[in-house]
Amino acid sequence: MNRPVKQEYNRPTHIKDFPVGPQFDAGHLADENAGWRTFKPVVDAEKCINCLICYLVCPDGTIIKGENHVSVAYDYCKGCGVCANECPKDAISMVKEER
Amino acid sequence: MKKNKLFISGDEAIAIGAKLARPHVIAAYTITPQTIAVERLSDMVESGELKAEYMHVESEHSAISACMGASAIGARTFTASSSQGLLYMAEGLHYCSGGRYPVVMMNANRSVALPWSIYGDQRDSLGLLDSGWIQVYVEDAQEALDMMIQAYKIAENPKVLTPMMVNIDGFILTHTYEMVNIPEQEKVDAFLPPFETVNKMSFENPKNMGFSSQPIDNTEFKYQQDRAMFDAIPLIKETDEEWAKTFGRRYHGMVENYKCDNADYIIVTLGSVCGTTRIIVDELREQGLKVGMLKIRYMRPFPEKEIQEITANAKAIGVLEKNISFGYEGTVFTNVNSSISKTKARPFMKNFVGGFGGRDITKQEIRQMFATLKEQTEPSKTVEYFNLNVATDE
Amino acid sequence: MNSPDTILAPKRITAKNMTEKEFFYGHKACAGCGGSVAVRLALKVTGERTLAAFPAGCMAAVGFIYPQMAFQNNAIITTFPGVASMASGISVGAKALGLKDYKTVAFAGDGGTADIGLQALSGMIDRGDDLMYICYDNEAYMNTGIQKSGLTPYGTQTTTTPAGKNLPGTKTHKKNLFEIIAAHDIAYAATASIGYPQDYINKVNKAKQIKGPSFIHVYASCPTGWGTPTNTTIEIAKEVVDTGLFFLAEYENGEFKLNKNPKEFKSIKNHLSKQGRFKHLTDNDYDIITKQRDMKWERMRKFWTLP
Ligand SMILES: Cc1ncc(C[n+]2csc(CCOP(=O)(O)OP(=O)(O)O)c2C)c(N)n1
Ligand code: SF4
Repeated sequence: MNRPVKQEYNRPTHIKDFPVGPQFDAGHLADENAGWRTFKPVVDAEKCINCLICYLVCPDGTIIKGENHVSVAYDYCKGCGVCANECPKDAISMVKEER
Repeated sequence: MKKNKLFISGDEAIAIGAKLARPHVIAAYTITPQTIAVERLSDMVESGELKAEYMHVESEHSAISACMGASAIGARTFTASSSQGLLYMAEGLHYCSGGRYPVVMMNANRSVALPWSIYGDQRDSLGLLDSGWIQVYVEDAQEALDMMIQAYKIAENPKVLTPMMVNIDGFILTHTYEMVNIPEQEKVDAFLPPFETVNKMSFENPKNMGFSSQPIDNTEFKYQQDRAMFDAIPLIKETDEEWAKTFGRRYHGMVENYKCDNADYIIVTLGSVCGTTRIIVDELREQGLKVGMLKIRYMRPFPEKEIQEITANAKAIGVLEKNISFGYEGTVFTNVNSSISKTKARPFMKNFVGGFGGRDITKQEIRQMFATLKEQTEPSKTVEYFNLNVATDE
Repeated sequence: MNSPDTILAPKRITAKNMTEKEFFYGHKACAGCGGSVAVRLALKVTGERTLAAFPAGCMAAVGFIYPQMAFQNNAIITTFPGVASMASGISVGAKALGLKDYKTVAFAGDGGTADIGLQALSGMIDRGDDLMYICYDNEAYMNTGIQKSGLTPYGTQTTTTPAGKNLPGTKTHKKNLFEIIAAHDIAYAATASIGYPQDYINKVNKAKQIKGPSFIHVYASCPTGWGTPTNTTIEIAKEVVDTGLFFLAEYENGEFKLNKNPKEFKSIKNHLSKQGRFKHLTDNDYDIITKQRDMKWERMRKFWTLP
């Protein structure tokens, strides 16, 4: 699994179901980060030259490599705009989230 | 043939006990009077007698941190300290119990500065009673060695997973010599299985460890830690029984009842002073006085039930400790008194405080304590500094 | 142990060929956090069998919020002063247990490294324990709310070094952390910046080959603590190198090597005035900062190998 996905997590109702000590399964995600965004990056597939600069510098690892162009894992993108700022071809634009 | 009896110091007994438990990693920082223990372990690693990694850490904070790291990957670990060093570890002590890393350590009980003193009292470890460690106090070098091995068995039990501190009086025990029986390695191996835990990193099931909790679940983790301590109580007794079966020496679990049945006057105490107290109990018994000693072995978990049962019919109880919580009373006394006050019994309670910074506790002083218990003139001060060398205005 | 000849030329790792697996994912770092870029990229280089350790600090705080576990590899939070010793313990413990093919990596902030963790770090290098230590430098104690650390540069406004009539903000210059580490005769140490990600990746990749301790000091911008827009994290971390206020270098075979020696520095004033934490600087402050930079570069250019 390249990126873990959110899993339904039910809080234990009995103490015996709690982890023994403060340790838990690696990569267990119970929550998404999409709600943090006010702007979202939108990739222009035509302009993207697949140089992968955005992929390298994304703080959240939400740029997905593709055959010809990148795309965005929106469930965990926080909308920081680093990708758009670093793109040498201006292929990523930050678009206001409609909610 | 290897001798199974050696004339050794308490520190050496600790080192041999630790070696027999086959730790993978030893991380320790030197401090008097713990030094000899880690020097001997270093020798054993050098000679190949002990196959372990010895980490020359630059502080006690790093010693406990290194032990936690090694424990988190599934290694059996040992550290040792005393006094200032133990206090320097304090953050790690809480961290270790909260992380459920069953590290075992030796603490050579020593006075805490200021004023500086390298000599013994119990203010170092008793001041850390709330750090979540199992604390046992030993009376002699043999018990020290035996408890080192029992400690791993108790601490590593999946129901317990709690670090354990073996406390041994500085100098009085660490630096004096006695004949000590050395258990055979094969028997120790049969008694103490290899360390297994779910609480560790693994490549098959990677873990994120030492996480932060929110108010919604922090209490549950603390509750778990508390239960683990209580779960250790029956295990402490069973482990001691099993030890007795294998090695022929028995320490009676949480406490030792020395002639307390039908005793009117009981001194409750812990550590090496139990040896002297025993002698006085025998002496006074011979004179027909109904006296006894209750030796507290474990301060955490606390032997509440045992204390309640053993002291149920006593007229007066003295708690003798090399410790004081300034502005109140000795912590051992507070704990004992709390246990007894939950019962119907209303014995006369007295706290004998002294023996700080290596001051001797003499036979005559203990005789006097029993006399005080017998006289029990009310109203009286609860706390008595029994071996001040000067007059006070009190 | 400290034999630098053991550094093999590793296979180059680039955006094209690096693992697509994200090891640091779903974390709660601020949008645009530079520290997370440093951690994420390093883990992609060190890979699946990394045993990662984080002291108290932002990366620990944002990565392990039960039940949200943001690391796909084994990872642990350590005491704040003890990351180097706890990570050493992991590495030594793994060795004692006979585990094979793993890399222990400690990640700590500037405060956790240059201040409270320095003693443990020194011990770790001295013992020659087999692990990599990465200091992500966001130039203040961020997790506790932007207080001054030993790596906070002159003139920085922090919550404990407020700028006012009497003080310029922080009065001291950054500690020479890289040189302090190199002074241990460590097999490999480097400085890097997330503004030059390929250079950083190369250095992590090189450090990964070392059997023994290695160290990387990586500049990692913090929009929250610096008062910068979230989208300029990388831009700023690149610019700081171009102004000469940070430098890219390596220490290997007992020698210091500058990786980048700009002919001309970009404007310090232009760079700093974009950041909220430097808004108050006077011309005198800029003089002090420029002088300090020039002194440092004069020394580096004189004594260090140039690219
Ligand atoms: C012994 C100790 N002292 C203080 C703290 C409080 N504390 C937690 S995180 C932190 C700041 C961390 O700063 P830094 O290491 O620079 O990392 P950052 O948060 O910037 O990533 C401090 C001071 C602590 N956890 N432990
Ligand atoms: S405060 Fe700074 S370092 Fe901390 S998570 Fe936010 S951006 Fe990252």
